[in-house]
Amino acid sequence: MDYSDKKQIFSRKITKYILITVSVLFIAIMLVLPLVSVIINSLKEGIAFYFKSLSTNYVTSALGVTVMATLISVGVNTFFGIVASWLLTRFEFRGKNTLSTLIDIPFSISPVIAGLAFIMTFGRLGWASPVIDWINSTFGTDIQIVFALPGVVLATIFVTFPFISREVVPVLNSVGHDEEEAAALMGAKGFKIFRKVTFPHIKWALLYGIILCTARALGEFGAVNALSKTRGQTFTLPLEIDALYMSGSADSITASFAVSSLLVIIAIIVLVARNIVEHRAKKDN
Amino acid sequence: MKKTLKGSRKVRVIPGFGLTMGITVTMLSTLIIIPLASVLLYSLRLSPKEFFELISEPNVVSAFATSIFCALIAAFINSVFGLMLAWVLVRYDFFGKRILDGLIELPFALPTAVAGITLSKMYSNTGFPGGFLSGIGLDVSYTHIGIVVALVFVGIPFTVRSVQPVLETLDSQYEEAAYILGASRRRTFFKVVFPELFPSLLTGFSLALARGIGEYGSVIYISGNSAKNGTQVVSYVIMQKLERLDYSSATAIALVMLIISFVLMFAINIIQIRRSRRVNAV
Repeated sequence: MDYSDKKQIFSRKITKYILITVSVLFIAIMLVLPLVSVIINSLKEGIAFYFKSLSTNYVTSALGVTVMATLISVGVNTFFGIVASWLLTRFEFRGKNTLSTLIDIPFSISPVIAGLAFIMTFGRLGWASPVIDWINSTFGTDIQIVFALPGVVLATIFVTFPFISREVVPVLNSVGHDEEEAAALMGAKGFKIFRKVTFPHIKWALLYGIILCTARALGEFGAVNALSKTRGQTFTLPLEIDALYMSGSADSITASFAVSSLLVIIAIIVLVARNIVEHRAKKDN
Repeated sequence: MKKTLKGSRKVRVIPGFGLTMGITVTMLSTLIIIPLASVLLYSLRLSPKEFFELISEPNVVSAFATSIFCALIAAFINSVFGLMLAWVLVRYDFFGKRILDGLIELPFALPTAVAGITLSKMYSNTGFPGGFLSGIGLDVSYTHIGIVVALVFVGIPFTVRSVQPVLETLDSQYEEAAYILGASRRRTFFKVVFPELFPSLLTGFSLALARGIGEYGSVIYISGNSAKNGTQVVSYVIMQKLERLDYSSATAIALVMLIISFVLMFAINIIQIRRSRRVNAV
């Protein structure tokens, strides 16, 4: 008995170390090595070349477009996320499950299809195209959606649409709505209830959702690729990376890794921020 | 107040139902549903015969086969490693565990295009570990294996993060009971733990599969996109059709993709509803 117990503990330990080693190796090869590889490739031609390739007009323009699209879509989706989570967790109504499934659509469809969807709506063949033409001719405006900045922004909003509500809904569900009901019965108005009662519960989840949304918006490629054709005007950073990489010369490939390294740094910041937020949220509970 | 008490079966004390419903439905419709409906609308203009001709073009069929096949294999690999990683992260304590846990989300945080060009470079003949692998006769970049590698990269968080929370809440009492009653540890795992984890593993599998079938950015560089070798994925073919302004073909393929993802989403929903029923019943 004693001997077999010892054997059991020994084999348990062996299993433990094998599993940990395989896990660490898997993460190291699959996830960490690509990060290291980006940095090494970006510095191939030296540090001067690195900074030179980050300061071309194309890259600064792409950075501007990316930041703008990210800010707008994070703003829009934060607003939507809060409103939708309030609706989905504070009320019972028919079709609630369907609504919540519809909100999650962008998670499971190819980003390229998102791009296609906007082309089929606002592009030449789209049904909304005459409407835009009419607006342009009546008001003398020059609104363009597809292959212009609004298209890039719409595509970015589309792919990040469920991110905030995804994080906030579970938290609101687990908190329950007794506190809000009490506040409402005592006469507090809607926005005051949200600010004083609900917001303190969801602030970490909201922040976490915003971080994920930002990361995804910065990096969106497929949907934007379908809707953006002008380098230096409507290109985002991932599109600029693609253009540099596909042009094929050794220099431009190194430059594309240099631009990529910016996004790698942002990705690492996102991961660290996410960890801090999660840690804080646990502490608060 | 009086009106709600009289009018509806349930009393709504909390304000804002109409407002939040209005905003949610309006935004959802204009930003997501109407654009997707336009794809549907356009593809309905095609006659069934045209539709089937477009989606049965040899390179389209081959792209569907490649996407589905590679996504299945990648989702399977991710399920195995996802289960293992979740187990290691929940059940063991070791140095660097928090870092390992934090790294799981990397594929969500890293732009797909960046992942794509790096993986392509790493697994080419001149990269590491690609150089070594091609030395032993295993070419990864520009083959189906490369596509699977990219899809394993993007899919791993889905399986880990589906299984991990369930494993965390799993009561170890049952395992102890099984063990005390004389079941071996392997038997305990497969008879007691695994059935509890299976629904969440299936959810993770389906999420990774859905993501893999539609994946674009991380795949197109490592795959090489050769029609001859059958390494074009569906998203690439749609993009190619778009660039050639062949909208009929692009929408027809997109419609099939949409149907596939809706079926997968439906399956995931059923798994989750069943699971919550079971949890609530206990």
